Amino acid sequence: MNLRGFSTLLRKELLRFWKVSFQTLLAPLVSTLLYLLVFAQVMSGRAEIYPGVSYREFLVPGLAMMAMLQNSFSNTSSSMIQSKVTGNIVFILLTPLSPLEIFAAYVLAAVARGAAVGTCVWLVSLWFFPRWPAHPVELLLFVLAGNLLAAVLGLIAGIWAEKFDQLAAFQNFLIVPLTFLAGVFYSIHSLPPFWRDLSRFNPFLYMIDGFRHGFFGLSDVAPAESLLIVGASAFALSCVALVLLSRGWRLRH
Amino acid sequence: MPSSPLLQVQDSAATAVPAIRVQGVHKAFGNFQALRGLDLEVRQGEFFALLGPNGAGKTTLINLLAGLTRPDRGVLQILGHDVRSDYKQARRAVGIVPQELVFDPFFTVGETLRLQCGYFGIRPDPAWIGELLENLQLSDKADTNMRALSGGMKRRVLVAQALVHRPAVLVLDEPTAGVDVELRQTLWKFIRRLNAEGQTILLTTHYLEEAQSLCERVAMMKAGRVVALDRTSQLLADHSRPSLTLRLPSGDQPPGDLAGRATLLADGRWRLPLVNFADTEQVLAHCREAGLVVQDLEVGAPDLEEVFVAIMQRSGQ
Repeated sequence: MNLRGFSTLLRKELLRFWKVSFQTLLAPLVSTLLYLLVFAQVMSGRAEIYPGVSYREFLVPGLAMMAMLQNSFSNTSSSMIQSKVTGNIVFILLTPLSPLEIFAAYVLAAVARGAAVGTCVWLVSLWFFPRWPAHPVELLLFVLAGNLLAAVLGLIAGIWAEKFDQLAAFQNFLIVPLTFLAGVFYSIHSLPPFWRDLSRFNPFLYMIDGFRHGFFGLSDVAPAESLLIVGASAFALSCVALVLLSRGWRLRH
Repeated sequence: MPSSPLLQVQDSAATAVPAIRVQGVHKAFGNFQALRGLDLEVRQGEFFALLGPNGAGKTTLINLLAGLTRPDRGVLQILGHDVRSDYKQARRAVGIVPQELVFDPFFTVGETLRLQCGYFGIRPDPAWIGELLENLQLSDKADTNMRALSGGMKRRVLVAQALVHRPAVLVLDEPTAGVDVELRQTLWKFIRRLNAEGQTILLTTHYLEEAQSLCERVAMMKAGRVVALDRTSQLLADHSRPSLTLRLPSGDQPPGDLAGRATLLADGRWRLPLVNFADTEQVLAHCREAGLVVQDLEVGAPDLEEVFVAIMQRSGQ
C-alpha cells in the first residue's frame, strides 16, 4: 500500500477545492440559504409536516443534504473531467498509485467537501432554528454514506464524460432531478400513491430521509432501511468505479 | 550540493538487465496499426534517440512504457519490471516528460513538484527539488502558479516533475519543442550530467542535430517498425558522406568527371559528395587545372538528417 502516495493525492484533492473555497464552499452555502429563506417565507403558513416540526425547520436537513450531495458529486466529477480535458491526469496515471488508492483519495476529498458544506449550512441555520440533532451518530452515518454515494457517482461520471457538456447533462438530467424529487421540500406521504411508490426507487430519498431522522427523530422510511439501501448502493457503485479504474476505462487507451 | 542518488552506477550484474526492453509489441487504434511487432532494447546508462516522422509510433511506444496505453500484445519492461504485471516497480523506475504541455493550474511550481514526489511514495527532498529548480533555471519560480509560466518554463517544470522521484530511466518526448536556444542548451547540459552520472535517457526529437550530438545509439522508426538501429557514428559512416559546395563563375560547371557527381543547387552553387575530407584538395586541384576560379566554398560534415532522409526513403516502399 502506497500510503504516502494516497495521502498526497488526498491532500492535492483537498487543496484543489480549498484554493477556490469561494466557489466550492461559500457559493453553495449562499445558494442553500437563499432556498431556505425564500421557501421558508413563501411556505410559512403551511401546516407542520411532522408533529412539533415546522415546515421551515423541516427544510433545513433536506437542503443541507441536497447541498452536500451536489457538492460531493461535483468535487470528484469536476476534478476528473478537468484533469482529463487539460491532460494533467497523466501526472496521476504515470505514478505507482493503485486503482484503490486513487479511488479512496478522490472520494474522501469529495466527502470532506460535502461534509464541510453541510456543516456550514447547519451552523448558519442554527441562527434561525436552534435545534440540536436528535440522533447525532445516525446523522453522521448518513452524512458519510450519502456523501460517499454521491462522490462515487461523481467519479464514475467524471471517468465516463469526455467533454464538459456530457458531465453537465449527467448533473442536470440525473443528479439535480433525483435530489429535488427526493423529499427535500416535502414528505413523500403527501404525494399521490403512484408518485410515492415511484419515489421509493430514488436512492437520494433514503439519504435525505435518513439524515432528517438524525435531526428530528422522525422520517418517512425506517432509518435502518434507509441506511442499508444507501450503504448497499454506495458499495455497489464503489465496486463499479474500482473496476473502471482498474481497467483504465476512458483513462488508459 | 547534493548529488542525485538514483544515479549510482549499477554493478555489472545489474547492467545485464536492459533499461528498456520492448519485444514483439503490437498496438492498433481501430483500423490504424500504430506498432507492428516492435523490438527494441535500451541499455542501462545509454543516451538513446528514437527518431521517426510523425505517426511513426514513437509517442505510442512511450505511452506504452508509461502505462498510459495498453499493448495488444508483446512485452514491455523497464529495468526488468513488466509495465503491466509489475507496474508499480516499472513506474518507480521511469520518469516521463510528455510531449504535450500539460500542467495543473491550481498549484505553484514548488507544490507541483512536492505533490508529484509524494505520489511515488517518497517524502519530498527539498535539497533535490532545489537542485532541479536551479539546474532548470526555475529557482525564482518556485512560488509562482503554473498558469503564470511561459511555455518554455512549463516545459522545464515537466522535466523536473519527471525527475523529482529520482528515476533510473528518463524518457523525453520532444522536450525542446518550443524552447528557445539558450534554455535548450541549459536543459541539455543538465541532462548530459544526469546521463554521465548513470541515468538512462531515451529521447525523441525532430531536431536531429540534437540526437546526433547527444546520443550514442539511434533507432529510426517508420510506420510502427524500427527500420534502422545502430550506433550514431556507424549510421553516419554507413549513410552519410562529407560534401563540398562550390560557387563557380556564372555559366561554368565542375570540370571532367566531377560534373557527373555534382548537383546544381537552387542558389546556383554546386554540391559534390566527397569520399572523405581529404578528397577536398583533389576537387580543388581539378578546378585549378581547368582554370576555374572557385568564388565560394563550404565543406559539409556528415549529418544525421541526411541519414534519416536516406533511411526513410529506402524504407518507404
